[in-house]
Amino acid sequence: MALLANAAVLLGKEVRTEFRSRELLSTTMVFVLIVVVVFSFTFDPTTNESRRFGPGLLWMAFLFAASLMLQPCFLREQVNDTLGALRLAVSDPFAIFLAKICANTLFLLLTELLMLPVFAALFNVSFRVQLPGILLTFFLGSLGISIVGTALAVISAQARMRELLLPLLLLPLLTPILVVSTEVTIRLMQPEPYLEWQGIGLMAGFDVVFLTVLWLFGEYLLEE
Amino acid sequence: MMKRVLFGLVAIGLVACAAYASFYIAPEERTMGAIQKIFYFHASTAWAGETTFFVCFLANLLYIWKRIPQFDWLGVTCAEVGVACITVVLITGPIWAKPVWGIWWTWDARLTSTFVLWILYICYLLLRTLVDDPDRRALLSALFGVFAFIDVPIVFGAIRWWRTQHPAPVIMGGPDSGLEPTMKAVFFFNVAVMHVFAAFLIMERYSLEKSKHDVELLQHESEAR
Repeated sequence: MALLANAAVLLGKEVRTEFRSRELLSTTMVFVLIVVVVFSFTFDPTTNESRRFGPGLLWMAFLFAASLMLQPCFLREQVNDTLGALRLAVSDPFAIFLAKICANTLFLLLTELLMLPVFAALFNVSFRVQLPGILLTFFLGSLGISIVGTALAVISAQARMRELLLPLLLLPLLTPILVVSTEVTIRLMQPEPYLEWQGIGLMAGFDVVFLTVLWLFGEYLLEE
Repeated sequence: MMKRVLFGLVAIGLVACAAYASFYIAPEERTMGAIQKIFYFHASTAWAGETTFFVCFLANLLYIWKRIPQFDWLGVTCAEVGVACITVVLITGPIWAKPVWGIWWTWDARLTSTFVLWILYICYLLLRTLVDDPDRRALLSALFGVFAFIDVPIVFGAIRWWRTQHPAPVIMGGPDSGLEPTMKAVFFFNVAVMHVFAAFLIMERYSLEKSKHDVELLQHESEAR
């Protein structure tokens, strides 16, 4: 219970910090928009083609955006020298991870939801009928990206060439999320859409496995 | 020193015997012909590489738990030998695939998960070059190694759900799978030989890592004086 209470307070801090400046959200959104526009030059964006390539393009854009968005989450603490204070403030260091994961998932989800109508308009595809399925896919995908990304952000923050290192470590580890979320989204964009529950199960499995690994090994990542 | 040279000679001799057995003792496969011979080398190297990565995973866990530098040396050693084995697998696979499938590469479950495994351990080795403090380097790379090893079965599961083309397993596969007895004997001999050869490489690389550590220690001592 103390873990959740600590995590909730830290989540509040993360959200307040971001919404004071909104730097991360606005930059990420512009970045996703640029990736989507640039990728659209690589194929003929008719409705049929967009149904085939769109989901992959969208998830690639989210993945690239996440690799940029996740970078500052621990770097900020390191630069301000606040990680030690955070560790002292909580009874379980996992609370720090939990708060960062929730904040990153929230920011990523917000970016995705704001970019979805823009994507639908630019590529002539409709998501209205499948909105609950899309929301579930986006949530599980973003959660998976945030769990692994938050853990790797701690690792990369302690290395040289950290800006380059995070995407290098993150992108291959997120292969399952990219494959499954793209396939589930493709099925949701078909003329007769349906939700692929097996894919949803795989994404949930990925999230649970890596959350457990982080729970088991997270405290070693935060060692001074 | 003598023991190491002897072990090296035995390992190389065994590789030569395994090659002889694959080419001259194992019968030729009916449909694929001579190109199937690569299977003995390809699959056994893959098994040796996977065992090596498993040892790397255990060494990573043990380092996180015990913080003994020897486990870190074993971790990096196994990662390097594993990457070398999987590189061989990724080269021999397409050599077999081109005449049999008509293509060099396909994004099938086993191929993709092997490729991702290879990339992940290259990232593991890359990460080690970018952290200066030896204790931090050991801990961070061990933690990344744990993440990487756990990720690979999930990659396999995700892509198998999506699509697969690699031949169904002939070893420990379904009731209709299986190898002709001589082929099976030659294959398992190859597997054993590749494990011995990988063990030899690990021992050599480990002693190099130990020497590197000793040199660093001597350098620190001389600087302190």
